[in-house]
Amino acid sequence: MQKDHLLPTTRELAAGPGRRPTEPDPEAAISIRGLVKRYGERAAVDGLDLDIRRGEIFALLGPNGAGKTTTVEICEGYRGRDGGEVRVLGVDPAKGGRRWKADLGIVLQSGAGDSQLSVRELLTAQASYFADPRDPDEVLELVGLTEKGGARGRTLSGGQRRRLDVALGIVGRPKLLFLDEPTTGFDPEARRQFWALIRSLRELGTTMLLTTHYLDEAEELADRVGVIARGRLAEVAVPTALGGRGTAPAVVSWTEHGTRRTAETTTPTAFVTELAARFPGEVPDLAVNRPTLEDVYLTMIGDRS
Amino acid sequence: MTTAAPPRTALPSVGRVCRTRAGVELKEFFRQRESVVFTLLFPVILLLGLGAVLDYDLGSGVDFPQYFMAGVITAGIVGASLQNMAIHIAGERSDGTLKALAGTPMPKSAYFVGKVAQVVAVTLATIVVLLLVGVLVFGIDLPSGSDWLTFAWVTVLGAAACTLLGIAVSSLARNSRSASATVTPIALVLEFVSGVFMPFDQVPGWLQDVAAVFPVKWLAQGLRSVFLPDSLAAREPAGSWELGTVAIVLGLWCVVGLLLCVRTFRWQDR
Repeated sequence: MQKDHLLPTTRELAAGPGRRPTEPDPEAAISIRGLVKRYGERAAVDGLDLDIRRGEIFALLGPNGAGKTTTVEICEGYRGRDGGEVRVLGVDPAKGGRRWKADLGIVLQSGAGDSQLSVRELLTAQASYFADPRDPDEVLELVGLTEKGGARGRTLSGGQRRRLDVALGIVGRPKLLFLDEPTTGFDPEARRQFWALIRSLRELGTTMLLTTHYLDEAEELADRVGVIARGRLAEVAVPTALGGRGTAPAVVSWTEHGTRRTAETTTPTAFVTELAARFPGEVPDLAVNRPTLEDVYLTMIGDRS
Repeated sequence: MTTAAPPRTALPSVGRVCRTRAGVELKEFFRQRESVVFTLLFPVILLLGLGAVLDYDLGSGVDFPQYFMAGVITAGIVGASLQNMAIHIAGERSDGTLKALAGTPMPKSAYFVGKVAQVVAVTLATIVVLLLVGVLVFGIDLPSGSDWLTFAWVTVLGAAACTLLGIAVSSLARNSRSASATVTPIALVLEFVSGVFMPFDQVPGWLQDVAAVFPVKWLAQGLRSVFLPDSLAAREPAGSWELGTVAIVLGLWCVVGLLLCVRTFRWQDR
């Protein structure tokens, strides 16, 4: 397997102590080495390496067509691959059987589809496919749908439907939960409620792979984020450090003599202290900004597309 | 693994999941007003409507309702199996239901067992309602003696062939609407040329030959042997009910349908 295209960050992550980077890590929740998937001539995924640790929430970011969905669907067992190695909970998804699937929860972008069954009936049926399911009523409570237990799926609002999708995804007590753009179409309040739900799942020890277009969502929820661009993993980092955000110069802005002033500095604390000394009270309109996740993300995918 | 793994709970047995799926499929069908009306009541309406309008004597003391029982039960079986499977599975594929199921540890066979349970229940319900209406409204003669046995095996073979074909056809459609728009006219045409709505000897010879390729004709012919006196067998193309051929052709269509299902069934949209 050719590895010379890999970025150093990825290579470091890939190589555990005493392990060659070409071998997937069976202890990881998800471990991918040199993944390739072609559609006709085009390589949708082109040598992707990734490790997701057990217990973390990992957000996968990337523009449409970058290979995000393809990668996730290969991990879920929905698609085959043309090259590379993949281990999900230590198992090759191409060979994963019922026992393996019983440890996964999958929340698809499309949701679960129309049904004549009530919310509780859907959950009870879904639970019956698994070895060690959660109590459907507890799951309803967890996702805040207790009062809708008797309602038919299609009478739910968009946000409630999505919570039902998550309920169906977690009723099997998954060790690893896939969340594909879970909050698309949510209003801000529904998204915040949803984030609280995801955090409570993390406390239950569920590993989560989240794909999203919302960078604030990734920043809010994820322990680490990975950016996919052109079928490869461009970078993996904690959200605050992605793209060198943590060490990038801060921009201090304030108003002085009626005009807006800005200054770039690598020592914003010292700069603000100095600034404060020049004003009798509050520094007018003081703001200290670092590059947002969106700034670094756009730079990152812009460089590569 | 360095940590001691907790004892692994066994996966539910395939039989248990099959029972769950059967329950799901029955609820899905009988709670949806459109499917109940379209599949279950449509043949009843046909029987009541055509039975009231068409009132001629086919000889041997057979009036139209008595002749039409075999035809309308054929239409009921085709609706419960071929049309029902093609339309609803296409819908489940396009709305993501199938993909979601494929991502769970549900044994794939349990999905099909659930569908078969649905077809059996809907077929039985349709036949019972049609027989009741036939007897109570039109005073038709019920089959007697070994005709019940013929009724049973012709129904089972015909429904099996049509179910398998319906599952296969579902893969050709983009969604339930396009499946309905495709399969409903095809089913109606096959029923017309198979002697479902009018005596088969009134169908032009070349159309009879076309119909003889498809299972609907043989299903209808087998059921005519159940509901009509043997003297009317002379009006069949071969001059007899040809029950052996009925069994062979329906059996062959089961094999063809199964092969098509295995080759074409998809759990997700392309």
